[in-house]
Amino acid sequence: MFIAGNNSPIKNTSYKVVLPFYGYAALSFLMATVLMLINTSAFTQHYFNPLTLAITHIMALGWGTMIILGASHQLFPVMIEGKLHSDLLAYLSFVFAAIGIPLLVFAFYGFNMGLVAKAGAILINLAVICYLANLWLSIYDSKSRNVHAVFAFTAVLWLFMTTLLGLLLVWNFTSNVFSKDSVHFLSLHAHLGILGWFLLMIIGVGSRLIPMFLISKYENKKLLWLIYSLVNTGLTSFILMFLLSVKVELYFIPIVFIGSGLILFGNHIYRSYARRIRKRVDEQVKISMLSVALTIVPVIVLVAIIIMFATVNSLQLVLLYGFTIFFGWITTIILGMTFKTLPFIIWNKVYSKIAGLGKTPNPKELFSNTIFIASGVAYLIGFIIFGLGIVRTSILFLNIGAIFLLITAVLYNFNVFSILFHKVKKVK
Amino acid sequence: MDIKTNNAEKNEIAKEGLYNVIDPEIDLNIVDLGLVYGINFNEESKDIVVTMTLTTQFCPMGESIVASTTQAMQQSFPEDKIQVNLIFEPPWDQSMISEAGHLFLAR
Repeated sequence: MFIAGNNSPIKNTSYKVVLPFYGYAALSFLMATVLMLINTSAFTQHYFNPLTLAITHIMALGWGTMIILGASHQLFPVMIEGKLHSDLLAYLSFVFAAIGIPLLVFAFYGFNMGLVAKAGAILINLAVICYLANLWLSIYDSKSRNVHAVFAFTAVLWLFMTTLLGLLLVWNFTSNVFSKDSVHFLSLHAHLGILGWFLLMIIGVGSRLIPMFLISKYENKKLLWLIYSLVNTGLTSFILMFLLSVKVELYFIPIVFIGSGLILFGNHIYRSYARRIRKRVDEQVKISMLSVALTIVPVIVLVAIIIMFATVNSLQLVLLYGFTIFFGWITTIILGMTFKTLPFIIWNKVYSKIAGLGKTPNPKELFSNTIFIASGVAYLIGFIIFGLGIVRTSILFLNIGAIFLLITAVLYNFNVFSILFHKVKKVK
Repeated sequence: MDIKTNNAEKNEIAKEGLYNVIDPEIDLNIVDLGLVYGINFNEESKDIVVTMTLTTQFCPMGESIVASTTQAMQQSFPEDKIQVNLIFEPPWDQSMISEAGHLFLAR
């Protein structure tokens, strides 16, 4: 028996809200790879240096965070089965972040932690508050509650804690907010963002989207709740240990929690893949699945850091750890998922009104798959060579790796802006 | 999944048109995907009501799928008034995909 519905069109989040985030993120990725290429020597030094801080913040905020903010404004309604509460809050979130991020990065680049850095950090926090409020109000309006939405909302709470701590750390450079200097809190700030924000958000969205794209029969909400508990327990125990200044060996406890969560998430994705109805898997989903596998690489590097802590200088491993996160799994999933979301948003904008009148291009035809594959190959080569360059402190390897990563960013931007500026083709 | 209808003959004509409405992500038509639950033809008022769903509520492609369905039906029945009744109960699941749909996806 059917329950009565309605004939009104489904109102999705406006493309006008989402597209600026995608364009901004693509340019940020390009900017980060250019800065890497002209500053490769920074990756042979201590990780706390102005250039590394600037590049890390472009990657974390301009690239990773901006694209997740954009995509989630579109995908969050799917996850909560309700509308996005406010387009205005989404616009404000973009404007604050779009101004705040370059201010902060510029301040790091010249290591002038005065007014510009503070203004940047304040604007970024305002952007996160707008985003947080929008998601909270959207959940409040919606009748549906599910594990994916809880993952996403918790991730945004951790993001807010990350940016709030970041703001305090910026202030701590010029005033004594904390009893210790800002460098001391760097790992806390970084892990709040990496585990709380990126990892939870990627698991929450990935566990919804990847099985959906595969049309998989596999579903296991209990397992997802377990993963949620493991990651949050791991992160909370890490924070407590950090604040209590425990012995470095005890940091294996949060690693075990989070590593277990990652293995279970990998298993969840594998089972979704094994029980898929759609046998042909496109390159975009394949590269997203590669990202899931890559999550384990930073865990291995982290274990190596702790084991070698007392024996050798692990500074290069710390750099490698950060690189495998921002240029590893975060970049990989964005490279894949961009082309599973953006072409459809543009296709909806351009062709939705004329789709039934004749043959229109498929959303996948809005970008070049050859360029997508080429960017994937360039990325893998660049990732491996640059990673080796960090470990070997080899400028040659770093330069070659940076060139390939720059090629990746150029090709990615070409495809993204081809989609963004796609003009309607006449229906046949 | 069979489409519930009150006019088998017209239902076949409607299906022919709806086979051209493709879910752009899955690349499969909405009939074989099992999105169309029923088509009701009112001979007197010349109203046709298509009862259908989407693979997920608030599907980003939902607006275009509904618009394409309306346009395809209008092309098949130019004299009639087309209404699409979008429902999410019962929700769509993979068991609603037709045998032809399964074969297409298993390529």
